Amino acid sequence: MTALRTAAPETRPGAAAAPSRRPRRPLRRWGGWLFVLPALVFYSVFVLKPLTAAIQYSFYRWNGITVATFVGVGNYVRVLTDPHLLSGIAHAFFLILFFTVLPVAGGLLMAALLREIRAKAFGTLARTVLFLPQIIPGAAAAIAWVWMFSSSGTANQVLSAVGLGGLARAWLGDFTWSLPAVGIIGTWINLGFCMILLLSGIGKIDASIYEAARLDGAGFVRTLLSVTLPGLKQELGVCITVTIISALASFDIIFMSTQGGPGYSTMVPGVLVYQLGFTEAQVGLASALALVLTVLILAVVLPLQRLFRTED
Amino acid sequence: MRAPLKERLPGLVLLLAAMLFSIVPLASMLTAALHRQGTVPVGIEWPADPQWHNFIDAWNVANITPLLLSSLLLVAGVVPAAALIATMAGYGLGQLKVPGGAVFFVLLLLGLTLPREATIVPLYYQLRDMGLLNSRLGLTLVLIGEFMPFAVFWMRAHFLTMPKELGEAASIDGAGAWQSFLRIQAPLAVPAVSSLCLLLFLWTWNTFLEAIVLVDDPSQRTMAGALQNFVGLHSTDVVLLNAGSLLIMAPTIIVFLLFQRHFIKAMIAGTVKG
Repeated sequence: MTALRTAAPETRPGAAAAPSRRPRRPLRRWGGWLFVLPALVFYSVFVLKPLTAAIQYSFYRWNGITVATFVGVGNYVRVLTDPHLLSGIAHAFFLILFFTVLPVAGGLLMAALLREIRAKAFGTLARTVLFLPQIIPGAAAAIAWVWMFSSSGTANQVLSAVGLGGLARAWLGDFTWSLPAVGIIGTWINLGFCMILLLSGIGKIDASIYEAARLDGAGFVRTLLSVTLPGLKQELGVCITVTIISALASFDIIFMSTQGGPGYSTMVPGVLVYQLGFTEAQVGLASALALVLTVLILAVVLPLQRLFRTED
Repeated sequence: MRAPLKERLPGLVLLLAAMLFSIVPLASMLTAALHRQGTVPVGIEWPADPQWHNFIDAWNVANITPLLLSSLLLVAGVVPAAALIATMAGYGLGQLKVPGGAVFFVLLLLGLTLPREATIVPLYYQLRDMGLLNSRLGLTLVLIGEFMPFAVFWMRAHFLTMPKELGEAASIDGAGAWQSFLRIQAPLAVPAVSSLCLLLFLWTWNTFLEAIVLVDDPSQRTMAGALQNFVGLHSTDVVLLNAGSLLIMAPTIIVFLLFQRHFIKAMIAGTVKG
C-alpha cells in the first residue's frame, strides 16, 4: 500500500446550482448504502476491529494464553523508557535519511537530467531499470543486499577494485555500519519511485517556462531551483510522505536482512512489534509499541500534508 | 537546440551510475546463482561454466510449483473481490453520495497511513478465534480489508469525475441504482478498475508481514512470504539461495516488464491521486 494524499479538491458547481431538479427521495439515497456496505464491513472487521483490539491489549499484560492483567499505562511507560525500544524508534527516524532524503534528492536530480534526454529508447530503459527495485518484494530486495554486503559480496569487491580494500567488512554484521547499510537498501528501493513520480510532475510543468528560463540564460542548476522545484510541490509532498512512512514502518527489509542485529543496532519498531508479539509473548507491550509507532507516523505525516497542500 | 555533449556528459554519467546501482544487486544474484553448488562465489563475476541447472534444482528446493499455485489462488481471491467491492463503494460515495458517506470516508483516510504493524498482533488472535488462522481464506479476507482504504479512495476519485447527469439520465429512463451501476457506470470505470487490479495484484503477491504471521505453512503463503522460510533453510548455501530467490521474484519482474508502462502509470496516479 503506498500513499496518503488528500484527494483532488471536490469542486462541484453543479451540486448547488440545480434548484429546478426534484430532490431525490431520502429512501433512495439510503439505499445507496447497499453499495458501500461490503467495503465498510471488510474494513471494519479486518482493520478497525483489530485496531481497537490493539488499543485494548495495550493496557494489559498478556502472554496470549493465560488471563490478562490490567496494567494501565504501564506498557506505554515501558515503550517510552526502555532503552531498546527507544533506540528502535530512534533508528526508524535515522532511516528517514536513507529512505527519504537520499531518494528524493537523487530522484529529483535524475528526473531533471532525464528531462533533457531526447533519446526516447534510453529514457524508457532508464525508467524501467530504475523502477525495478520498487516492484520486487522488499524481502527479496533484502536477500539481494545481504549477498551484496557479505564479506565476499559485491560491495567489498568494488571497494578493493578501487583500492579501498582496507574498508572491506561484513557490513551487516558491523555494529557501526549495519544501520546505514540497511538504509542503503531503502535508498535502492525508493530512488526509482521518487524519480518516476517527480519526472511525471515535471512533464506537467509548462514547457514555455523552461523555454523562458533558457532564454534568460539560466543554467541547469538555476532552472532546477527556479522552475522545476517550485513546480513539483505536490509530487515532492507525495514522495516525502510515502517514503517517510516506508522508513518509520519498515519491516520486511530489516526482518530479512538483520533481524534487528547485530545486538540492537538495526532494530526498528516493526521488527520489535513482531518479536514482542509473536516470539516473546508480550502482546500488550507489542500493541502499545505498535500504537506509539502509529501516532508517530501520523504526527509526522499530517503536518506534511498541510505543508504540501496545493492551492488549486 | 541542445547543449553540447561536453555539458550533457556529467548528467549522462550520473544517470548511468544510478541505473548501475539499480541493476547490480540483481545481476550479482544472477552471477552468484550460476556458480557451482557448494562453492562460495566472490562478488559479481560471471562463472567460467555457468550452471544453469541450478535454477531447476532451486525450483524444486524452493517448492516453486506449489508456491506459484498458492500465490495465484490468493490473487484470484483478493483482486477481483477487492476490485468489485471497492468499485461499488466508490460508486456509492462518489456518485450516489450516500448520507453519512463522509464519515466512512474519513475513517478510510486513517487506513491509508496506518502501518500494518498496528493491527497485526490482534489480527492473529482474531483469525484464530474465527478459525481462519493458517488458511488462505483468512489471508485473503484480511488483505481485502487492508486494501479497502486505497481501493475505495481510488474508485471514489474516479466516480467523482463522472458527470452527475449520466446517472440522472439513466434514472429518468427508469433505471434503478443497480441497473445504472451495472449498465452504465461499471463499463465506464474499466480503465480505473484495471489500473487498480494491477496494483492489487502486485501488493497481494508481495505481501510479507501478514503472510508470515497468519499462515504457518510456507507453501500456502505468498511468494514473498515464502522467502522467509526459504532463507531460514538455505541461508548458508549462497548459490542455491540466490537462485531460489531469483525464481521467487521472477514472476513479479516478468509481469512488470510486460506491463511496464501501465504499472508505472498506475503507481504514479495511485500515489498522487490516492
